[in-house]
Amino acid sequence: MSKIFYTTTILGNGHWSLEVRRGTLMKITDLEGGANVGMLFYNPRNLLERYNAPDTLKCQHTFKLQRGNCLYSDMGRIFASIIEDYSANGEGNWHDTVCGNSNAQQIEKQFGKRDYQKDRNSWLQNGSDAFLVELAKYGLGRADMAANINWFSKVIADDSGNIKLDTKNQAAGNSVTLRFDMDTLLLLHACPHPLNQEKAYPFKPVQIELGEADPVGEDDYCKNFRPENQRGFQNNALYYLAAN
Amino acid sequence: MSLIGNKLIESKLNPDNANARHYVAAGDYFLGEIKQGQTFRIVDLEGNQAADVLFYNAKDPSERYSAMDTIRTQGNLYLTAGTKLISNTNRELLEIVADTCGRHDTLGGACATESNTVRYSLEKRCMHACRDSWMLAVAEHPEFGISKRDITHNINFFMNVPVTSSGGLTFEDGISAPGKYVELTAKMDIVMLISNCPQLNNPCNGYNPTPIEVLVWN
Repeated sequence: MSKIFYTTTILGNGHWSLEVRRGTLMKITDLEGGANVGMLFYNPRNLLERYNAPDTLKCQHTFKLQRGNCLYSDMGRIFASIIEDYSANGEGNWHDTVCGNSNAQQIEKQFGKRDYQKDRNSWLQNGSDAFLVELAKYGLGRADMAANINWFSKVIADDSGNIKLDTKNQAAGNSVTLRFDMDTLLLLHACPHPLNQEKAYPFKPVQIELGEADPVGEDDYCKNFRPENQRGFQNNALYYLAAN
Repeated sequence: MSLIGNKLIESKLNPDNANARHYVAAGDYFLGEIKQGQTFRIVDLEGNQAADVLFYNAKDPSERYSAMDTIRTQGNLYLTAGTKLISNTNRELLEIVADTCGRHDTLGGACATESNTVRYSLEKRCMHACRDSWMLAVAEHPEFGISKRDITHNINFFMNVPVTSSGGLTFEDGISAPGKYVELTAKMDIVMLISNCPQLNNPCNGYNPTPIEVLVWN
């Protein structure tokens, strides 16, 4: 993590988008504990290629995302790999990618009506609107919004499929580090997880650090995490062999 | 395998009174409109088949079935009788009103030639897959106004994809059987896009794709 060249903070109701090159490293840190970061990925050269949660989960036989997992597009390629995943309790994080976003009706029902005149930039933003704003900047709309990742949000299911947000492991300093393996347009927001049960809107800031990742070696943890990931990296290599 | 809490609900509708019947051959697609208030049944004719289904608001396909909003709204990962299918604008598109299978998946997504290269082998790219069926359907029927950007996370009727408490995801076989069905009532005019799954690499259809039938009652 020595090659960080930019650091910023996203407020707990904020959103942002950025086009990143492959080889970029992004470390996201939950500054106070209890943060949630929604994230989506698109191929800037073909915006129809996007993050695909079901493909990501089923090819790695997992319901949660954690260190070692790769984030797949619908074209069988890897946008990014989770190369580090630090949690204060030492167990590693558990990130959700099936619950989607909070929306305006839900936020109003839970936390009250938002009022920009009173709240100014502390208004009660929701994840769905945050993504729609960022999508529109690239000519995209609601039809382009796929299932997103919710970093730092552990969603567990019982035998009958009932789900809940487990907040026990949320702590200040928890972090996740991505290595981008394709050029990627990424969208993010730091709005509350849709299963959040807090009574007051949780304004939980996150720190974003951008840097340069080490090259992907043959002994790379994510590449060797599953045989499927080796094939995903082969698909990336083919893409850049053919298109660059 | 447990199916705790899932209830089987049989339909009172008589197939002889159906207003339309559509036979969907193994590996084929169905694309058609269902009117508000109509009830339709998808029948797993020979058993062990997966029907990969997407739903759209017929008047505006950018409003469509949302797996995430459905999961969040009902607080549950699995679909069965009583489940309301929610759109990406948080409206109710359909409700499952009968189900003799007990559980349907909406996490596993659809097979694709591209994902097959990752899951099985780089040389599996030329095997027929669900997303190819959808692509052909939207290419052959521009009148519905649906394109690749509208193709998203679907329902896999008759498929069982249990999630474990430790966060694992497994594909299991064996809850569907010949003649099992699921029945839904449309809450608005909808377009239904089905890929009758041609997957030959995993047990989602018993390595043997078979036909399904769609019956519609007014």
